[in-house]
Amino acid sequence: MNVLTQNFQLYGDGFLGTLRLTVYSSLLALALGVVMAGFRVAPVGALRGVGTAWVAVLRNTPLTLLFFAMLLGLPRFGVALPFELFAVLALGCYTSSFICEAVRSGINTVPLGQGEAARSLGMTFGQTLGTVVLPQAFRTVIAPVGSTLIALCKNSAIAGSFSVTELLSTYKTLNENGYSVLWSFVWIALGYLILTLAISALFHFMERRWGAAR
Amino acid sequence: MEPLIELRGVNKHYGTLHVLRDINLTVGRGEVVVVIGPSGSGKSTLCRIINRLETVESGTITLAGRNLPAEGKELARLRAEVGMVFQAFNLFGHKTVLANVMLAPLKVRGQKKDKAQARALDLLERVGLADQAAKYPAQLSGGQQQRVAIARALAMDPEALLFDEPTSALDPEMISEVLEVMRQLAQEGMTMVVVTHEMGFARSAANRVVFMAEGQIVEDRTPEEFFTAPESDRAKDFLSKILKH
Repeated sequence: MNVLTQNFQLYGDGFLGTLRLTVYSSLLALALGVVMAGFRVAPVGALRGVGTAWVAVLRNTPLTLLFFAMLLGLPRFGVALPFELFAVLALGCYTSSFICEAVRSGINTVPLGQGEAARSLGMTFGQTLGTVVLPQAFRTVIAPVGSTLIALCKNSAIAGSFSVTELLSTYKTLNENGYSVLWSFVWIALGYLILTLAISALFHFMERRWGAAR
Repeated sequence: MEPLIELRGVNKHYGTLHVLRDINLTVGRGEVVVVIGPSGSGKSTLCRIINRLETVESGTITLAGRNLPAEGKELARLRAEVGMVFQAFNLFGHKTVLANVMLAPLKVRGQKKDKAQARALDLLERVGLADQAAKYPAQLSGGQQQRVAIARALAMDPEALLFDEPTSALDPEMISEVLEVMRQLAQEGMTMVVVTHEMGFARSAANRVVFMAEGQIVEDRTPEEFFTAPESDRAKDFLSKILKH
């Protein structure tokens, strides 16, 4: 217990770091993921190509490699950003490919005829997607998107290896100070548990509220 | 009669299947044209190319003298002038009946909410469903859903309505309530292209019957002439099969 009480500041900073990474990356992943899902079903071939390439590259690259590419690669092109922002970009882009595929599978559950009906009423592709297709698609993808964001939260631990303050990396300091490894990790695990359970609870609530009526 | 919809030399393939062969068809303003024929004859496709839910490979389609544009905002604008009623109703599942009817006037025409709502309630009254306005499509019977779909198409004040087998997914007793609404529209002078197997409707409401087989228009005549004295063997064969029962 004294591991926690004597290092509350350290744990707190780590927890808040992971929280920040999770929230900002989630927002980026959701925004990019929905846009890319829109691209993948767009009537314009070039947009579909961009969407497909985005998913193919980001979903199939190991996250650590993406971190290296962002943190070491981008500065060579003169893009210098705080490490935390790099981490948010890497996590957000990586996760957006999974969100994109989840949303696309949701789009596929909306009967094609509803899209045709919307178009036959004179609605544009954007209006059809935004007012008819996506609202119904979202209802079916609440659960898989929740799982993806939980995975994002845990994946954020990789950022610790790239000098970003986050929960897992607190063990290094604790270890150097001679604390029990086991208890250090128990409190770290609890921190992740708080975040992931909060995400589950949020998505469970959303599913109860807006989930597809059966 | 002033031509409203004109198809000239229209061809379309699905893979190797030549689904529309050199289609020429003119529908005058206020005319009711019923398209019949065996399944796979291309009649649904004919209906769907008129507002470009399907593309064509050659030929021209004009609406009130204007060429149908290929894509984009211009196409959306012309589509708004031609309403469509589908076999599967295709109501928006997440919106109430009233919201289904109001959606396009709000989004496409940019109407004010109270104006769109008053008009939507008016149309629901006309198809006999004003008391169902707050329900969701899944709570209605097939016949009721199809009547909502007709009201939804009418809300855009279209110049013409296309019906793609509007009663084929309905129980027998619900067919008549939908046909009754369609018959009223025909009497009020709505231009209609109706793909159907309802021969009774064709006889009583159509100005012209178009008979299709294997992607071609085989006969295009008044219902009286077509049903009493079909010219082609294909039409005679078709009629003998369906009129037997």
